[in-house]
This record gives sequence, structure tokens and C-alpha cells, in this order.
Amino acid sequence: MGNIPTTVKHCLSYEQTIKDYPWLRRWLQEEKIFTEQEYPKFVKIVEVGPRDGLQNEKEIVPTRVKVELIDRLSATGLSVIEATSFVSSKWVPQMADHTDVFQGIQKAPHVRYPVLTPNMQGFQDAVAAGATEIAVFGSASESFSRRNINCSIDESMQRFEEVINAAKERQIPVRGYVSCALGCPYEECIEPSKVAEVAKRLYEMGCYEISLGDTIGVGTPGSMFTMLQRVMKDVPVNVLAVHCHDTYGQALPNILVALQMGVSVVDSAVAGLGGCPYAQGSTGNISTEDVLYMLHGMGIQTGVNLDKVIESGDFICNALGRKSNSKVAQARCRRTL
Amino acid sequence: MAVAVRLVNRNILRPGHGRQYLAFGSVVQVKTASLRAVHSLPEKVKIVEVGPRDGLQNEKTVVPTETKINLINMLSESGLPVIEATSFVSPKWVPQMADQVEVMKGISKKPGVSYPVLTPNLKGFQAAVKAGASEVAIFGAASELFSKKNINCSVEESLQRFDDVMKAAKEAAVPVRGYISCVVGCPYEGKVAPEKVAYVAKRLYSMGCYEVSLGDTIGVGTPGSMTEMLEAVSKEVPVSALAVHCHDTYGQALANILVALQMGVSVVDSSVAGLGGCPYAQGASGNVATEDVVYMLHGLGIQTGVDLQKLMDAGAFICRSLNRKTSSKVAQAICKL
Repeated sequence: MGNIPTTVKHCLSYEQTIKDYPWLRRWLQEEKIFTEQEYPKFVKIVEVGPRDGLQNEKEIVPTRVKVELIDRLSATGLSVIEATSFVSSKWVPQMADHTDVFQGIQKAPHVRYPVLTPNMQGFQDAVAAGATEIAVFGSASESFSRRNINCSIDESMQRFEEVINAAKERQIPVRGYVSCALGCPYEECIEPSKVAEVAKRLYEMGCYEISLGDTIGVGTPGSMFTMLQRVMKDVPVNVLAVHCHDTYGQALPNILVALQMGVSVVDSAVAGLGGCPYAQGSTGNISTEDVLYMLHGMGIQTGVNLDKVIESGDFICNALGRKSNSKVAQARCRRTL
Repeated sequence: MAVAVRLVNRNILRPGHGRQYLAFGSVVQVKTASLRAVHSLPEKVKIVEVGPRDGLQNEKTVVPTETKINLINMLSESGLPVIEATSFVSPKWVPQMADQVEVMKGISKKPGVSYPVLTPNLKGFQAAVKAGASEVAIFGAASELFSKKNINCSVEESLQRFDDVMKAAKEAAVPVRGYISCVVGCPYEGKVAPEKVAYVAKRLYSMGCYEVSLGDTIGVGTPGSMTEMLEAVSKEVPVSALAVHCHDTYGQALANILVALQMGVSVVDSSVAGLGGCPYAQGASGNVATEDVVYMLHGLGIQTGVDLQKLMDAGAFICRSLNRKTSSKVAQAICKL
């Protein structure tokens, strides 16, 4: 501790000790280590309202309304808008007009319009319609996979491999989704290692981005952290996206934790379109407006104009005859001061 | 020695405190670090239930005394440690709280649970003590315009008015909680300077308030502004004496609460069923729902002592009585599964 006079000085004065050993502040946790919390400077929003959102709405939306919604969203600054799904109309009647929608929209030059393609048939139809980016869906839950697409996770991966290889030949980028990343309506608990396994497989097959979905919205910042920590051992964080559902009101804190861990891609749906098929009447997707409000408030850039998204949300809610699920949109339109 | 004293004072050696391992510089292999360990989240969080007062005060329907008493009794059974019971304010100004004495005398006070009441002045304080109150709360604002419009005096004048109450409370050994409204935004002034909030917090704390609750009155805060404000305030008031009172008008409450926890705050105000709207955005939501907060905290491994099911029962009861839907997403999801 130095010579005696210095020792005495340090014994008697905390301030003097800190002056001579500045690193002590951090050791004593007096420095606000939290202020060093790094967030991404830019977050890419992947707008899933027109596909994931509308797919979960009860009312069948006319094609022209879908097209107008997508055109409005294209003018908000969003760079990725999931347009439709090339799935059999027998299973998803809402998406029966996939070709008409895709061919009807005005494709803005700075925007990408990925479409879902669950199998080779869907992929071929998508390419014929002019799609230049596709997405495939995996699940971290065996039960969910069997109930939803009538096959095991392994079988679904084999199907997707075929699609991804065909996409690679045409240089069409593929986005991968992993559903039930934080919980499943049928299984008690989803192991982070299973999520990591599926994510890694999709990544190694050739998906450029993997979106991890909290399909039933049961995740909390705790389970989000644990899951991401495990997945990040196998897949680089810059490849990951989070797709949080707000069924239990946890979406924004879950997204916040993901950002703290380095994730910089967030899926959301304008006006919080799309309910939760496993809790009738409850909300599903987190609303794009609420995500933007949070990100902009944190100084994170998105390139998206919040007011224009709110207007797009107003449009689709009027067309659907329902209220917006976005709290920001609700507050803005009810503001009395 | 001065350092050692500081260490002991800060209680850094408390077991389970995640960062202590990092602080001592030893390499501790933590197999799966939880979010709580990495970010030093508190082990326990005290929930201050403001539904019966702040919540009901902002509801249009005047609630019968018996209903209020039943609500408070049900909340007492749910394990909440603090339940703000009523407000000793003039019934002329707040008709909802006109039955303050009957409520205070009618509730079954559970041992170990505090039932603070609002006391805007000495007269209210005296009436409160007479009715059996053993804890009171006073209110300040961080915005001059808000103070002027709400209680027709400056912030400084409002604090001086409480001098009488503080003196009387000290003599009667009654603890006093301080509230500050508009800590991140004001409906009249817009953005509120963190230094102003810090000043008011310091005043309340040095006047004798054992705890200062920082209220985002219009819910405009985001993790960005929340962090900035808490950094300024925690320079003047120990973080252990701070609480956050977040409104969910823009959907940001849980994310804001999460950053507050990450900064060391361990007291959170919330309202069962999200009772209480926003007077500045008619029809928009106000208080964050206790159910949603408890869900997040339990998911983080943080103890609250609250039984979520019993809490939801209390929420269901008051919503039936008010003939309105709950604002809690957790309650909505669970009852619709």
C-alpha cells in the first residue's frame, strides 16, 4: 500500500484512495457499468404483418387491400416486408391469392419482399410469380412440427434442404424461422440446445438469417437470454433475428435483452396484426409501431418513419374493422394534449 | 480500510449477488449464466400495488366501498407486501376516494403488509392517522407546468407544503413515501430534464421520505430516457431508496422496468389488471398491470412473494365489478387458453 503516510491517507480518505487507484471504482461497482451497455446502432425491422399477421386474422382480406397495405408499408422506410405465403390454399385460405398479391404490389427498389415456401411446389410457384427471396419454417418442438406440418423436425429439415438447394441454384436468398424457441403449446419445456440444433442446421444448409420465434409469447427476458446464449454458441449473432409475440406482454423486454446480446434484426407486425391461435382472442405479433417507438427512444436507427407506419396500421385496421393492437397508435390517436 | 468499510456498507458480499464473483477477479466458471447473474438483477423485488388508489382514482365508475375493501383483502391474500389503500384527499377533488375512512377501517390488515395512503396536506395526514393509517405518501412533480396546472403552485411551493406533513409524520413515527410525477415526460412541457428529477428526488429524500417513486406519468419513457433519468437521480439518492412507477400508455413499461432493475432498482409500482387509464390520452392505458410485471419477474428468477393466480383472481374480481376487460395481457392470455 505504499509508504506509511500514503497508507494513512488511504485509510482515512476514500476519495484519496479512489484518486490514486481509479480502477477501484469499477471493482467496487460504483462506476455505472450499465452505461457501457452497448446496443446496435442500427436495427433492421422485418415487417411480417401482411403474411404472419394477416394469416392469423379471422377475416379473409381482399387482395386489393393486401396489395394496398404492402404498398403503403413500402413507403415507410421498411427494408423488408414479408409479402405472402406460397402455401396450399387448402391449409391457409388467407394466402390463397399469393400470386395475385405478389404480382400486384409495387416493388420499391430499396425493399425486399420475402415469401414463405413450405415445400418445392411452393418454391416453384413463388419463383414463377417473380419472388426473389424466400423463407422456410422449422420448429424447435417435435410435437409442434407434427401437429402443424404433419412431420418430424428431421423430415421437415430434409424437405427444406431440397428447397434451399433449389434456391441456391437460382441465387435466391433464404431466411430460416425457428418456431417455439421459448415455449410450445404442447410440450412442457423447450431446451435451448434444441433451438440451437435447429438454428444451426438451417444456417449450415444455407439460410442467411435465422429468426427465432417465441410462437406463444410465453418467453421472458430470462428465458430469452438463456436461449440466445446457447444459440449464439453455434450461430453468429449477426445472423440472428428475434420474432417475439406479445401474448403475455413480454415482447418488448424480450427484444431489449436480445439487443443487449447483440441481435440487430427484429420481426414485428404493423398494428400488431395476427392473434394467437393458442389463446383465442389474445394478441400475437408485437406491433411494429411499439418496437419503433422503443428503438428510436434509445437512439437506435431503423430508417423507418413511425408516423407512416401508424397510418398504414390505421388503414388495415379500418379495412378489418378492428382496433389496432399497437399501444403507440392507440395513445397517439387518443392524445388530448 | 476506507475501501473495506465501503464494501461492507454496500453489502456487496451478499450471497447470490452475481457480480461479486466478477468483482473479486477470480475466474468462476458459471455453467449457464442467467440474465440475473450477468446483469446483477436483484434477487427480490418489492411490488407496491397501487390499484386500489392510483388505479381506481383514474377509473370513471365510482366503486362501492365494499368492493374496494374486498379488492384490497384479496390483494392482501395474494402475497403483495405493500398495497396503497386510499387517498385522504378532499372528496370535492377526487370523489372516488370519498370513502377513505370507511375503506381504511374496513380492510383486514394482514400482518407484514403495509397499507400506505396518500396525504396531500396536514389535514389529510391527521385524518389518515385517525383512521388507522401507519404509512403515508406525498406527491411532487418534476415539471413546473404540471405542478402549476395540477395543484396550482410551483414544485418548490408544493414541497414546502409537505414540510408540515413530514414534521407530523416524524413525530408520530409514520414512514413517508415520496412520489415524483413526470420524470421522463410532461403533457405540457414535453421532455423533462433528468437534473430536475434528481433535484426533486433529493429534496424528498432529505426531507425524510424513506423511498422515492419515480413516475412516468404519461408513459412516454423508453429504456433510453429511463436510463438517463435514473443515472442522474441515483447520483443524489441511493438506488435502494428508489422505485419506478411506469405507465404503459406507449407499451414501454416492462422494458423500462427491466432497465431500471438492471440499474439496481428493486421496487416496482404496478396496478392489478392495469387499473387506471391515462387522463391525457382518453381511453389509452395507464398503469402497468401487476400480473404482467410479476410474470416477467418470476421468469427472471426474481422473488416477489406474490401468488400470480391469486393476484389474477383479484384482477378478475375488480374487472367484473367495473364491468370492463382487464388490461393485463397475462390475465387475458391465461383465461383464454
